[in-house]
Amino acid sequence: MILIPIRAFALIEVDITRGNLSPLPLAVSPLSIDDKSRKSFEKILSEENIGSEISVIVENNLRTSGLFNPLSKEAFLQAPDIANLKPRFEDWNLIKAQALITGKVTYVDEKLRVEFRLWDVLSAKEMMALAFTTVPNNWRRVGHIISDKVYERLTGEKGYFDTRIIYVAEEGPKTQRIKKLAIMDQDGANNKFLTLGNELVLTPRFNPASQMVTYLSYFKNLPRVYLLDIETGTQEVVGDFPGMTFAPRFSPDGKKIIMSFAKDGKSDIYTMDLENRIVERITNHPSIDTSPSYSPNGKFIAFNSDRSGYQQIYIMKSDGTNVKRISFGNGIYGTPVWSPRGDLIAFTKLHKGNFYIGVMRTDGSGERLLTENYYQEAPSWSPNGRVLIFYRETKTNAKGEGFSAKLWSIDLTGYNERLVTTPTDASDPSWSSLLSN
Amino acid sequence: MILNKIFKNTLLVLAACLVLSACATKKEVATDATISGQMQSDVYTGTDSVEYLADGVKDRVFFATNESILTTASRETLRAQAAWLRKNSNINVVLEGHADERGTREYNLALGERRANSAKDYLMTYGISSDRISVLSYGKERPVDAGSSPLAWSKNRRSVTVKAN
Repeated sequence: MILIPIRAFALIEVDITRGNLSPLPLAVSPLSIDDKSRKSFEKILSEENIGSEISVIVENNLRTSGLFNPLSKEAFLQAPDIANLKPRFEDWNLIKAQALITGKVTYVDEKLRVEFRLWDVLSAKEMMALAFTTVPNNWRRVGHIISDKVYERLTGEKGYFDTRIIYVAEEGPKTQRIKKLAIMDQDGANNKFLTLGNELVLTPRFNPASQMVTYLSYFKNLPRVYLLDIETGTQEVVGDFPGMTFAPRFSPDGKKIIMSFAKDGKSDIYTMDLENRIVERITNHPSIDTSPSYSPNGKFIAFNSDRSGYQQIYIMKSDGTNVKRISFGNGIYGTPVWSPRGDLIAFTKLHKGNFYIGVMRTDGSGERLLTENYYQEAPSWSPNGRVLIFYRETKTNAKGEGFSAKLWSIDLTGYNERLVTTPTDASDPSWSSLLSN
Repeated sequence: MILNKIFKNTLLVLAACLVLSACATKKEVATDATISGQMQSDVYTGTDSVEYLADGVKDRVFFATNESILTTASRETLRAQAAWLRKNSNINVVLEGHADERGTREYNLALGERRANSAKDYLMTYGISSDRISVLSYGKERPVDAGSSPLAWSKNRRSVTVKAN
């Protein structure tokens, strides 16, 4: 995909470090499209008006972020093609839009060409203008990339919309759940199942390039860590362990897999180098050491261990030395996940019968609980470190009915909790890196 | 008798473990009147879901929250299993360890493994060769009771002995 920046300067800004209770009102004008292009795309993509569809993607993304309030299109006074040339700022001001997104879609040499502009309505200025050319099938990604550019321009931080989520799709009764690996765009589109559900699969996690996935499979009733290439579908067992391996994650350079190996009632942390296949033991303790997660610079590992009697969070150097407990609050702590910014660790906490998703600094200070529920766990960070996705399970009634598992997201601020819609029940989400740039 | 001596030592060790764990942690134990008689100190004592490997040989043992220590009743069940396995030396078993839904998935996988190993160690104490026993943890993935109550959880914290051949 080719990106051509046209020009830009700084005006409106959105502060994303606080809970945003008054999202910025903005207008996403449908991208204009000429008749000939519209008919070509309709033929190729079976979408009636791809210009409107792309603008809907942008609108949904911006709304979901909780930072923006896209205004109803019914109030728009200016036609899309004219707005993109020269907006009548008085009209947009009238409906209280502070920012305006306009654009144009054309069919050029069998390609999809999209240009879009971001306007500051109050100061009547263009803030950003970009053009892309790509294959028509990429049209949804174009919507996500526009969303990322707008988000970045207005907040000063990278976006997270051109991303995918890998997760476990669940069906069937709670006592005999059928689980499949599934992948979808961050907004729930393009859902695809990657396994058939013949064996139990758990905890998929992307590699940094988001092309490979490591996960736990019960293939032939032997729970082992596997590696899956998403494009080719090739799968292989990671390492040759004489027992259960689980809780896998990639190192930040993508060269190693870190995981637990359980033997004789003890679980320790190991790594395997994917190039030379060398296995290294990182912890050696009679306790359960699991859920390892590297710091983004690869120098440290956070994990949970019950060596103190109960599950708590520890950090250590990546060679296993300097083990230090960091969670000291009330309750038990698990699933530490290092933020991509490196400054925070997200975790699951169980206290007085309820489960919390929270964050703490890497020395354990500044603990903040973001959400409380009957059961929820396994936070995964958006690539910009601003949003967490996790799963939540419901309590069943006296007859054991009413069970469901769903994905949810929440901002680091603790605001903007949202259900992430999936075609089936879902758990164990893992957020990819930003796919473009 | 040597076996008897081993047994006594095991009991002593287990007793010590029980005391230690009782000191180390205070559990939230279910007090609901309707479930009394089916649970004792957080461990399931009923017979729902229990199956039999042979006449009088129960297939499963139950655990307290977060624990992998065998209760008196569990040891009795496992001794019966060991006796049956000694008589049927051609049979191998898989010990399937499970956890309740009140823990994180990965930790529960490890806990299920620890529970199954606790049962395995006891069977070995009674002369069953480790070659005949394999261990498989399901964590919280395969509950027998879909309920969200202390009683349902207690049924799910288990190690089940399954014939492998």
